[in-house]
Amino acid sequence: MLTHDRNIFRPKNVLFKTNLTLIALVTAIATPSLAAGPEVASSTLANGLELVVIPDHRAPVVTHMIWYKVGAADETPGKSGLAHFLEHLMFKGTAKNPTGKFSQVVARIGGQENAFTSQDYTGYYQRVPSDQLKTVMEFEADRMTGLQLTDDVVLPERNVILEEQNQRIGNNPRARLGEQIDAALYLNNPYGKPVIGWRHEMEELSRDDAIGFYRRFYAPNNAVVVIAGDVDPAKARALAEETYGKIPRHGNIAPRVRAQEPPPVAARTLTLADPRAEIPTLQREYLVPSFVTGKRGESTALEVLAHILGSGSNSRLYLGLVVDKQVAVAANAWYDASTLDLSKFTVGGSPRPGVTLPQLEAETDAIIAQVIEKGVTAEELERAKTRLIADAVYAQDNQASMARWYGTALTTGGSVNDVKNWPDRIRAVTAEQVQDAARQWLDKRRSVTGYLVKDVSPQAEKRS
Amino acid sequence: MIRLVASIFFAAAAAIASTNAASAMTIEKIVSPGGIEAWLVREKSLPLVTLNYAFHGGASQDDADKAGTANLTADLLDEGAGELDGKTFHERLENRAIEMSFQVGRDYIYGSLRTLNDNRDEAFDLLRLALTNPRFDADAIDRIRGQTMATLQRDTTNPNDLASRRWWQTAFPDHPYGRESKGTLESVPRITAADLREYVRRVFARNELKVSIVGDVDAKTAGMLIDRAFGALPAKNDLKPIANATPTGLGKRIVINVDVPQAVVTFGGQGIARQDPEFMAAYIVNHILGGGSFSSRLYREVREKRGLAYGVSDSLVWFRRAAVMLGGTATRADRTADALAVIEQEVKRMAEEGPTPEELAAAKSFLKGSYALSLDTSGKIAAQLTQIQIDDLGIDYVHRRSALIDAVTIEDAKRVAKRLYGGGLLVTVAGKPKGLTSSGTTE
Repeated sequence: MLTHDRNIFRPKNVLFKTNLTLIALVTAIATPSLAAGPEVASSTLANGLELVVIPDHRAPVVTHMIWYKVGAADETPGKSGLAHFLEHLMFKGTAKNPTGKFSQVVARIGGQENAFTSQDYTGYYQRVPSDQLKTVMEFEADRMTGLQLTDDVVLPERNVILEEQNQRIGNNPRARLGEQIDAALYLNNPYGKPVIGWRHEMEELSRDDAIGFYRRFYAPNNAVVVIAGDVDPAKARALAEETYGKIPRHGNIAPRVRAQEPPPVAARTLTLADPRAEIPTLQREYLVPSFVTGKRGESTALEVLAHILGSGSNSRLYLGLVVDKQVAVAANAWYDASTLDLSKFTVGGSPRPGVTLPQLEAETDAIIAQVIEKGVTAEELERAKTRLIADAVYAQDNQASMARWYGTALTTGGSVNDVKNWPDRIRAVTAEQVQDAARQWLDKRRSVTGYLVKDVSPQAEKRS
Repeated sequence: MIRLVASIFFAAAAAIASTNAASAMTIEKIVSPGGIEAWLVREKSLPLVTLNYAFHGGASQDDADKAGTANLTADLLDEGAGELDGKTFHERLENRAIEMSFQVGRDYIYGSLRTLNDNRDEAFDLLRLALTNPRFDADAIDRIRGQTMATLQRDTTNPNDLASRRWWQTAFPDHPYGRESKGTLESVPRITAADLREYVRRVFARNELKVSIVGDVDAKTAGMLIDRAFGALPAKNDLKPIANATPTGLGKRIVINVDVPQAVVTFGGQGIARQDPEFMAAYIVNHILGGGSFSSRLYREVREKRGLAYGVSDSLVWFRRAAVMLGGTATRADRTADALAVIEQEVKRMAEEGPTPEELAAAKSFLKGSYALSLDTSGKIAAQLTQIQIDDLGIDYVHRRSALIDAVTIEDAKRVAKRLYGGGLLVTVAGKPKGLTSSGTTE
């Protein structure tokens, strides 16, 4: 029911399936006319701003996104939630355009807007009639360096993010479990902190914190603009020069070098008891490479593995645990290749009534062990590839999805070519690589296993 | 199901505006060789076909003691059909990357199908099997029922579900619209395979079937594909009549105690029928009060100025036999009463004063301009064409919509605001809101 505006965008398997994806083009199943895909144009302005244009002239609308190469993982220790808080505050106006003006103009022209924050990037977008592209580019360029904040607007907005934390995490037992598992998985890297922040630190975030963060990271040479839709690349480039091009380069953007993980050596387990957890949940995360941190082909093999193991009704986990053994009501796996540092491969499920979490975990382990020992079948491999590559074709039906995928890739260490070549990389994955990926990365010592159970202790009533 | 209803509503609302996108898009009415009517939009730039359709007869056809029948049916249609067991059926879909889904609303059951052009014969064949010859094998029923029960069990401590269910139960007691489409922990175990078959027999028929197809397909081929999927269905459905209803309990507030840090609020009141001559005025006024943009009155007062919530909004929701205005927010326990007071004050102020001319102009501009954004993917176009057919607005409606918006005057807006918001609100709250108790009710 609620509008999820300015929400936190956390990469999940939805995105992930088509992850670094895709533009695509696809020889095996697409027609020859598609094989070239849209003519994606990319360039860099003199001040360092990267520009990507994805033409799609079917409807007279355009999706304009700006992605800053900064996220929650770039926060100073003790200031968790700051990247996302700043994202909210970016709507509070500049000297030229006071609070609300930008949003009013977007609304008046019939546009949509939103923003999102992950560990690695912060993004803002507008979807507008294509003849209004310059208008939103002017506003967005203005707030790249012109933000003005006072406590009058900062303090109520801090209450908003605290309510957002309640809504996303506090009221949601499974989200609380995920937060605990992440914190246990990452021993040293900042991915262990939630994007929304720890509540006690969020409560102390100030105007000065936000402005300081803004001045460090918001600059043309730390941003990627992606424009998808009814626009000509040359025209888009000219508009970018006229707007963003006038902003001077930032002299001192620090490289994103974050604390790295030591080699994981111990399987970890945790249990979260929550009085509202009506259905128990098992979730395990393994520390694994991302596209940019892995060797060539590793992340692609993990994507195929995640699909075969836990995506949909034909997956190993669903067939094994839900259909055959009937020990689970749900079972799945997912993996996100688009992270700047080490990523995670997640396996999870909920037991049938009468089945315990240790029983479900043992059955899950048996299925994983089988993939490690025996590998996957040629039919499974072919089906997974077909499905993943088709996603790249389906994606072209949605200009906003296309813009999101390019933006994600370019802010997590990928290039335009990496996106374009994704279907070829998927096609090249072999059964041996999938098995190797399972053997190498689905090692319990690399993992945290979490149980969500119902808290039935008498004190449960008193907690909040 | 509220979410579903709300999103369908939004799609429909957006679809009826008209800008240059509308004129750029040609909607063709076609009739298949077998006599099934459909709306077609040709889109040749991608080798895809997207089908969207609806059968009259959704969850409101369920018997009260077997609530959840339509929903369980929808979840089982792709779990085996004809000679294919569930496993084989799913393999056939995924081997060709065919996407098939079903969703149940109160009045309709909706379906969609997406396929690459090369695989469309297979896709439409599988759809025919699912609609005309679903197996409802015992093991599949057991498995899917188990998933539904798990969801229902989880809902028992979810404040969003608690607040929403209680709202509908109170607004529509003893009426199918008051029931949750998924059913209840008591009703779902009672549903048998025979009930599922009976639902299919009564609902899946060619009359009252609305079909939209978008993609790289010509009219002749589209007609053949439509017959392939739907041609074997019976000519006529066999539905139970549903009585007209108006929401009751306006003025009541019901607090449901659940131990969560944030209280969830559902609020709503009387709505307006889609065919009402004042619908468009009402739609514009409601957009100003609590529609989806960052500039609605509720958003500004509750979130922007006071920081009381992350989200707050409301929408108009209509069915064949009732219409409501429905909204929600979520806010911390010690400020829930404040947030509710602000919402009630804003609703009252809108009823008494209506919008300002400036607000009216801005809302009109948004509603006209945003149309193109709702038509930029095949799936969105197909879903909207289906809703326009359901609402019986006419194939030319996209071209008339702008003029209908422009025709709404400030007097129209003020009059309809009084009519819409003057009746009071039914409010349900799930959580531990400080200083807030049930009122206007004997509970």
